[in-house]
Amino acid sequence: MKINVSHIAKLANLSLKEEEKEKFEKQLSSILDYVKKLEEVDTSKVEPTPQVTGLKNITREDQTIPSLSQEEALSNAKNKHNGFFKVKTILEK
Amino acid sequence: MNKTKYQPVIGLEVHVELKTKSKMFCGCSAQYFGKEPNTHVCPVCLGLPGALPVPNNKAMEWCVMIGLALNCKIPLVSKFDRKNYFYPDLPKGYQISQYDEPIARNGSLKLKIKNEKLKNNLEKTIRIRRVHLEEDTAKLIHQFGNQKSKIKNQKYEEFSLIDFNRSGVPLVEIVSEPDFESALEVVEYLKKLQQIVRYLDVSNADMEKGEMRLEPNISLREISNVKFQIINYKVEVKNINSFRFVEKAIDYELKRQEELLKREETPVQETRGWDENKQKTISQRSKEEAHDYRYFPEPDIPPVHWTGNQISNIKNQIEELPSEKLERFKKEYGLNDYDAEILTRDKTTADYFEEAVKIGAGHMIAPKQIANVVINKKIDISSTLPAHLITQIASSKQTATLSDEALEKIITQIVDENPKAVEDYKKGKSNALMFLVGQVIRKYPKKIDAGGLRERMEKMLQ
Repeated sequence: MKINVSHIAKLANLSLKEEEKEKFEKQLSSILDYVKKLEEVDTSKVEPTPQVTGLKNITREDQTIPSLSQEEALSNAKNKHNGFFKVKTILEK
Repeated sequence: MNKTKYQPVIGLEVHVELKTKSKMFCGCSAQYFGKEPNTHVCPVCLGLPGALPVPNNKAMEWCVMIGLALNCKIPLVSKFDRKNYFYPDLPKGYQISQYDEPIARNGSLKLKIKNEKLKNNLEKTIRIRRVHLEEDTAKLIHQFGNQKSKIKNQKYEEFSLIDFNRSGVPLVEIVSEPDFESALEVVEYLKKLQQIVRYLDVSNADMEKGEMRLEPNISLREISNVKFQIINYKVEVKNINSFRFVEKAIDYELKRQEELLKREETPVQETRGWDENKQKTISQRSKEEAHDYRYFPEPDIPPVHWTGNQISNIKNQIEELPSEKLERFKKEYGLNDYDAEILTRDKTTADYFEEAVKIGAGHMIAPKQIANVVINKKIDISSTLPAHLITQIASSKQTATLSDEALEKIITQIVDENPKAVEDYKKGKSNALMFLVGQVIRKYPKKIDAGGLRERMEKMLQ
């Protein structure tokens, strides 16, 4: 199976070197080929399974509980400024 | 240049922030406006590893309510999904949203579009594809710092500051079909939507505060063969954060596309942002490739199952909606379209009017008369009680009988009986006039408006 590694790397926010691209392309292809074996199983009568716990309707009431303090929230931040997290600008979204 | 005519094809995504007490998936306060940055945050809305989201029941009920108010079907099963992309306002690297099983789908909203040429209103139905629930992102403030940059050829380093107070606030997304054909229709739809969520009391929907946001996707198609032509591009416009910009941004974008098409170029499929300073839309191209969100079911949140009973309970909580109220006002109170529309624009005014009508009935004051006063005199309903308004109308009503002969007679009589006071008044003693007015009021059998009477006697004694 052919894979567009550059596209996947971009989606995953990774920058890869050329030799890495080649290497991962091979690896990812072989993984996909392996997983493809599942297609041999007849699943026409099986429901998709996004959940395995059997739980449903786990919700909470609309009540507030105390939040972290600003100091706690920022305690692991690499860069901060006046109570904000600070990052390099990415103007385009 | 070709002479082909084009028809706008516009679809809308509208985001509405719910006014729940707490956030969508955690117990942090959702009331973030004007608060100190990063003080309404916890491991869940900061996206810290291992934190588990638990949906806010009220937010889900309100989303159902919005769906019902927009005539949607509510599927009995719904689930959350992860929408993956990288941006600093999204700490987890994904937004919890809904993909293929939204809370509500297949609704519609009826609009009245004013036609200036024909001087009438055209009714138009906008189809609503889906209504779903998601979490808001953090707020970014872009700053251009004054530190020397370490990067070559770049003088200053540029920074963004992040405030996570908004991260995780419940957000309802309402997606329409591409049924709009003008900016005017979009504005009408937005006003209507805003009115409905305010009537439901689930959102303040203030655009300037970002509580209601819209993203139109805009294309043009040739008018000649509407049915067969496939439109092969669409342009999404972001950053329209005021009612005032909606029309300008859409009209600008329509004109830009028409110019391209007339030169036989196809507009690029892309996201553009409205720049209020430059009065134009500007390309935000970089996003194109990233439009691959790789949605998959949110494994941390079990599916939502509604019972028919729950849905009808929510339905019962919906009070009369604006369009129903408008029709009832016309029928019940004999108002015209114009009056009924103004009085039902917001619920407070509508309630005020009805309260006044109730009290007015005891004073033989017609609803139409109350409507006229409320609308034309621009009554400040926050400071004038309905009962007080009725007293005012009642007394001015009696003032209208001032011209009758009986009053005329009494005034002449009082003037004749009090020559001294009349003389004093003519010499400039204004108190003397008040004495005469008082005498008339005392003699007159009905309650009359003193101010009106004074004016009248002033004129007479000139």
